[in-house]
Amino acid sequence: MAEALGWLGVPLAIAAGTMRGSTPFLFVSLGECLTEKSGKINLGLEGTLLTGAMSAYAISYLAQDSVGEFLAPWLGVLAAGLAGMVLGAIHGWLSQQPRVSDVAVGIAMIIFGSGIAFFLGKPFIQPIAPKLMTLDLGAWSNVPQLQDALRISPLFLLGLAIAPLLRWFFKSTRWGLFVRAVGDSPEAARAMGISIFKVRMLSIVAGSFLAGIGGASLSLYYPGVWTERISTGQGLMAVALVIFARWNPINCLYASLLFGGAQALGPALQSVGVDSFYYIFNAAPYILTLFIAIFTCSPQKTLVGSPGALGTNK
Amino acid sequence: MKPLRNPRRLPVSRRQVLRGLLAASAFGAATKLTGCTAASEGEGEGETSSGGGSEDLVVGFIYVGPKDDFGYNQAHAEGAAAIAALPGVKIVEQASVPETTEVQEAMREMIDIDGATLLFPTSFGYFDPHILELAAEYPDVQFFHAGGLYEDGMPDNIGSYFGYIDEAQYIAGIVAAYTTATKKLGFVAAKPIPQAIRNINSFTLGARSIDPEITTQLVFTGEWVEPVKEAEAVNSMVDQGIDVITCHVDSPKVVMETAERRGVYTSGYHANQAELAPEGYLTGAEWDWTSIYTQYVEWSQAGDTLMNGGIPHIVRGGLESGFWKLSPFGPAVSDEAQQAVEAIKEQFADGSIAIYKGEIKDNEGNVQIEADKEFDQKAVELETMDWLVEGVEGKVS
Repeated sequence: MAEALGWLGVPLAIAAGTMRGSTPFLFVSLGECLTEKSGKINLGLEGTLLTGAMSAYAISYLAQDSVGEFLAPWLGVLAAGLAGMVLGAIHGWLSQQPRVSDVAVGIAMIIFGSGIAFFLGKPFIQPIAPKLMTLDLGAWSNVPQLQDALRISPLFLLGLAIAPLLRWFFKSTRWGLFVRAVGDSPEAARAMGISIFKVRMLSIVAGSFLAGIGGASLSLYYPGVWTERISTGQGLMAVALVIFARWNPINCLYASLLFGGAQALGPALQSVGVDSFYYIFNAAPYILTLFIAIFTCSPQKTLVGSPGALGTNK
Repeated sequence: MKPLRNPRRLPVSRRQVLRGLLAASAFGAATKLTGCTAASEGEGEGETSSGGGSEDLVVGFIYVGPKDDFGYNQAHAEGAAAIAALPGVKIVEQASVPETTEVQEAMREMIDIDGATLLFPTSFGYFDPHILELAAEYPDVQFFHAGGLYEDGMPDNIGSYFGYIDEAQYIAGIVAAYTTATKKLGFVAAKPIPQAIRNINSFTLGARSIDPEITTQLVFTGEWVEPVKEAEAVNSMVDQGIDVITCHVDSPKVVMETAERRGVYTSGYHANQAELAPEGYLTGAEWDWTSIYTQYVEWSQAGDTLMNGGIPHIVRGGLESGFWKLSPFGPAVSDEAQQAVEAIKEQFADGSIAIYKGEIKDNEGNVQIEADKEFDQKAVELETMDWLVEGVEGKVS
C-alpha cells in the first residue's frame, strides 16, 4: 500500500489535478479562442461540452462490442467532436442572421445543448463505458502516487499540441489571416473578397468540434462518468478564460492549467488536514473567474488583443 | 397637429406575435427536454395498477437527479417502483428537479394535473421553503419528506420519514477496520448536514470499536453532485495513504470508480455499487425504502391520513423495520469480519446495541456524551448533530 505523502501531497495533487482536470478547459478555451477571433462569441460551448460528454460516453458504450474496448472510446471522442460540430453549425447559422445577437443565441444554445444531452443521455447514466487509454509516463518512478499522477491522457497531450499550432495558424497562415481579418474588421475583409459568413461559420464549427472533444475528456477520462452535472459550469468558465488569456492560444493553455489546478486545491488541502475555509478553497475556480472578470473589464478602453468586431454585432 | 395613424393597426405586428409564439414554444420544448422526461416513463410503469381507474391512489415522486444514478435517487426510485406494482396505486415521477421554485412547479403539476394526493419530494433541500409553502396552499394533499426537518407546529399535512442508516455505516466501519492496512479511512461528504455528520461519526465509531487507532479523514466537496471534486478528493486521499473510502454524496459512482482505479477499498452508500468496483468493494449502506413506502400506501388505502392522525408525522426505523440493508460482501472481506458483522447485525435487529453510548468525545477533546449517558437512535440530539467524534480529521464549519 502507498505511504502517506503528507504536505508533499498538496503540490502533487495540484500538479496531477492540473494534468487531469485542465483538458476540458483547454479544449473549450482553444475552441472559443478560434470562434472569438472570427468576431463572434459562442457561449453555447457549455451545452456543447455536455453534448460532447454524453455522445462520447454513449458511443463508447454502444460500440464496445463491435470495435473492442480500445477503439470504442476513440470512436466516442470522434462522435463528441461531430456532435459539437452540429451544435456549432446551428449557432453559426443563427448568430449570423441579421439583427440577431450572438450572446442571446449562445444562451439559447446552452439550454438546447444541455437539454439534448440530458434527454438522449438518460439511458447512459447507469451503464459503464470503456474509458480512454492513458499513457503511463510515471513507470520510471517507484512512488505509486507519482505513477498515478503521471498517468496522462493522450487528449491532454493533443491539447498541448493544438495550442502552439493554433497560434501558428493565426500568425503565419493565409487562413489564419482571413479569420483575424473577419474578426477585426469585417468591412476590410469583405473588401478583400472574403466571405464573412463562411469564415465565421467554419471558425464556430471548428471551435465547437474542439469543445465537443473537451466533453469527451470529461466523460471518458476524468472524472470518467456521464452524469447530468458533469460539467459544473466548466464550459462557461472556459469562455471567461479566453478573455483572461487575451485571445492568445498559448495563454489559453496556461490559463487552463491554472483552472485545472484550482479545482484540486480544496480536496487536496482538506485531505492533509487544512479543514478550515474549505468552502473558499472549493470555490477557487469560480473566485478566479470573478477576479478575472473584474480586473479585465474597463469601460474606458478595449482590451489589448480583443478582436475588433467582437460584441459589435457587425 | 397629430400625425395620422392607421386606426386598424395593432400595437404589435403580426411578425412580433409570431416571433413571440415561436420563442415561447421553443422555450417550452427546451425545458421539457431538460426536466420532465422521466415523468412519462414513470407513468408508463405506474399504470400497471390493477384496480379501477378512477379509484387509484396517485402518488407523486420528485427526485433531484436522474433515477438511475447509483445513488440517493435510485434508492428512492426503487422504492417507488415497488409501490407502483401494488394494486390501486398509480405513480407519477419527475427526475432532475433542482431545489428551487422549480420543485414547487413540479409539485403543483402533480397535484393539479395528475391528481396526486400523496407526494414524496425526496431531496433534503426541497423541504424549506418549498414543501412548507405548498403544504399550506394544498391542505388536502399530504407531503412526505425524507430527513429530520419536520417539527411540531408545521402544517398538519407534512410527514417525515427516515431510516437510521448510520447503523449500516457503523457496520461498514467495522468491515473497513478489519480490511484497512494503513489504519486510515476516508470519507467524502457533500455538505455538513446532520445526517451526513451522523454517518461520518457512526462509520468512525464502528471502525474504532475494532481498532481505536483508526482515523477517518473527512473531505467536504460542498455540493451534492460535484464529479471533479469527488474524484480529486479520492485521489488526494489515496496519496495520503488512505485505503478504505466511503462517501455521502448523491451519486457515489465517481468515488467508487476512481477508488477502484487507484486500487483501494470502497464502501458504498445509498444503493449497491458493487459492479462499479468489483475488486475493492467491501460492503455498503443501502436504503430500503420499499417497506416504508408500502406502509404509507397501506395506511392511505385504509383511509388514514396525517390530518386525521392515522399516519404518524414522524416515522423512523432501523434494521428491525427494514429501512436499510447491507450490500453483499465483496471478495476482500475476511471471514472474521463477516462473522463480526453478523453478530452486530443481530444486536441491531433486537435493539440491544446503542452506537452513541458515553463516553464519547468530539475531535476537539470536549466530552459530548457523558459516560453514563446513552442515546437511543430516536434521540433528537442525534438528529441535530453538529460535532465530529474523536478520530475524525476534519471540521464541520
